[in-house]
Amino acid sequence: MSEARNAILARVKGGVARSDDDAARRAVAERLAGHTRGLQPKRIDLDQEALVDLFAENAQAVDATVSFINSAADLPEAIADYLRSRNMPALAAIAPHPDLDGIDWSAGTMEVHRRAPEANDRIGINRCFAAVAETGTLVMASGPDSPTTMNFLPETHIAVVAASEITGSYEDMWDRLRSANRGSGEALPRTVNMITGTSRTGDIEQTLQTGVHGPKALHIVVVKEG
Amino acid sequence: MTVHHLTSRDFKAKSTAALEDAVLQGNLVKLKDNFLARRTKAKESLPEFEDLRDASVVIKKHTIAHLDFYLEAFEAAVTASGGRVHWARDDTEARAIVLDICKQENAKTVTKGKTMVGEEIGINPFLEAHGMTPIETDLGEYIIQLAKEPPSHIIAPAIHKNRQQVAALFNEHHPHLEHRGDDDVDGMLADARTVLREQFLKADVGITGANFLIAETGQTVIVTNEGNGDLTQLLPRVHIALAGIEKVVPTLEDTMTIMRVLARSATGQEMSSYTTFSAGGRRKGDLDGPEAFHVVLLDNGRSKLLGSPTEDILRCIRCGCCLNACPVYGKIGGHAYGSTYSGPVGAVLTPSLAGLSEAHHLPNASSLCGRCEEVCPMRIPIPKMLRHFREEEVASGKAPATARRGIALWAWFASRPGLYRAMTSLGTDMLSRFGRKRGRFSSLPMAGAWTATRDLASPQGSSFQSQWAKRSKS
Ligand code: SF4
Repeated sequence: MSEARNAILARVKGGVARSDDDAARRAVAERLAGHTRGLQPKRIDLDQEALVDLFAENAQAVDATVSFINSAADLPEAIADYLRSRNMPALAAIAPHPDLDGIDWSAGTMEVHRRAPEANDRIGINRCFAAVAETGTLVMASGPDSPTTMNFLPETHIAVVAASEITGSYEDMWDRLRSANRGSGEALPRTVNMITGTSRTGDIEQTLQTGVHGPKALHIVVVKEG
Repeated sequence: MTVHHLTSRDFKAKSTAALEDAVLQGNLVKLKDNFLARRTKAKESLPEFEDLRDASVVIKKHTIAHLDFYLEAFEAAVTASGGRVHWARDDTEARAIVLDICKQENAKTVTKGKTMVGEEIGINPFLEAHGMTPIETDLGEYIIQLAKEPPSHIIAPAIHKNRQQVAALFNEHHPHLEHRGDDDVDGMLADARTVLREQFLKADVGITGANFLIAETGQTVIVTNEGNGDLTQLLPRVHIALAGIEKVVPTLEDTMTIMRVLARSATGQEMSSYTTFSAGGRRKGDLDGPEAFHVVLLDNGRSKLLGSPTEDILRCIRCGCCLNACPVYGKIGGHAYGSTYSGPVGAVLTPSLAGLSEAHHLPNASSLCGRCEEVCPMRIPIPKMLRHFREEEVASGKAPATARRGIALWAWFASRPGLYRAMTSLGTDMLSRFGRKRGRFSSLPMAGAWTATRDLASPQGSSFQSQWAKRSKS
């Protein structure tokens, strides 16, 4: 195996034909440590309030629905309302996230099961790490309180994000994730999912259909405070 | 170096069949209104799009110039996050690595996300021959797996099928489910969801490709719309990501720059539905995720392109945009190319990886109209490379035979009205740009050997056929 490795690297080294290996190695090390950003689109040159609006607008453009609430305590009611409007049962799997734990779910007559989703769960609720206004993209970071399957198994995915967690660009989000993870012993979470709209396919006659494998519906609740 | 199931030698027979395939023709016509029109819209709503293309080119050029170091850095970062990197010089080694991992897991069912490298190395028949059941989970890939056909488009593998054909396949292969009428696309989707959900849940190993390998973080990145790739890599005990060595990029920041042009060029979306970054296996306390994470880095001829006239093709991000824009692909579809990679990118990649003798028709099957380079987010000079192959063919010492073949292919194209129109009307712009100075071509690459001895009159303005079409519309 290391034979293949060495052979490939030797061929690559021969192919790139460099005059100064040390300088090149330094350039690579600098680049890897530097996190230098590329061009940032102008569309995100906005204040936080306008970024939140841009996020909602972009998410809705890709078939997500968005609702705003003032405090996390309003979550059960907001989610129950949403489910009722879609004729869905008020029964969901919920990520064991501390922010969702402290809430009285019975307030919205919701029945929630605090665990990773199972094959037959129709509705899943979890907590985003952040969201990106640029394209209406949710960002989920895996961990003990955030099972990745919640993003994909249930037919309806309900994601909770705080308005203050909405960044302009992807790069702002990565910076935040790098510093949030500092001290965890790992550079980044095992899985980071960027989610932009619902599951879709164009594989039958190039006609866009939603919900082939992942969620058929994506509902985002933006919490304005905290 | 081999590219699995290469039948580029049959190019002419397959193109003829394609021209006569009414379903294929119907579907290809839609390409322009769908992918390509959406790309234009996405490009227009991002004023920085052209600058981002330039920036993406710079990133990839830098990476390729330092590819050995970035590969080493990627490997170190994967190892640090608990994953394992395997190196494969060719398709045989790559298959052996995958088989080895599957055997250790005692795997029976292997789910697959869409992977072009998987197609390139022919992993499915190989696993089948070793008693395993590989299941394609991307809807398009699933359809063609049922039909036992190769993909005909990089990002839309079943683009040659219509809904009636899909319904027939589903009715045949899902006897336990409801019979689906030709127009019941929702029903077909529901069936795919049901059938594949079962497979996801029982799979032992999940194999995906990778759109990017990030040297800084050791993450592999997949970009999908269905979510099948995620279920593939998330539910089984083991995740194997297959990737060509050219897929590495330095940092997350670099990745995002290229990401801004990828989906826009591919499907015209601003972002695909799911972009997933994976590093290592399940961690302490995690409630889900694979226990083991393997990355197979495939060379298979790529390293020998470094420093060669086709080095730039290593920048390719497999967006499929050049296929959508290509008038020849738009007439003959992907299967005629007889290779995993079709369209303009395939016409360069296939002879580059497998050798010109295996695929000499492909560089000739182009009018060099330049549309591919115009739309390619990575600004890959495909026409220049095709010209290079044609020159190489002539210079290869087999000049008389190849020259005859070159002109023979041109004559063959010209005798097929659909192809001739596709190649001339769209090509007129560029052809007249080249020829206008003297009103003659001194060298028309398609007919290289012929124009070496006499000039070909260049088209003046738009072609007769397109003028006719315009007039009859007004
Ligand atoms: S050559 Fe360019 S346009 Fe074609 S698939 Fe590759 S990146 Fe896309």
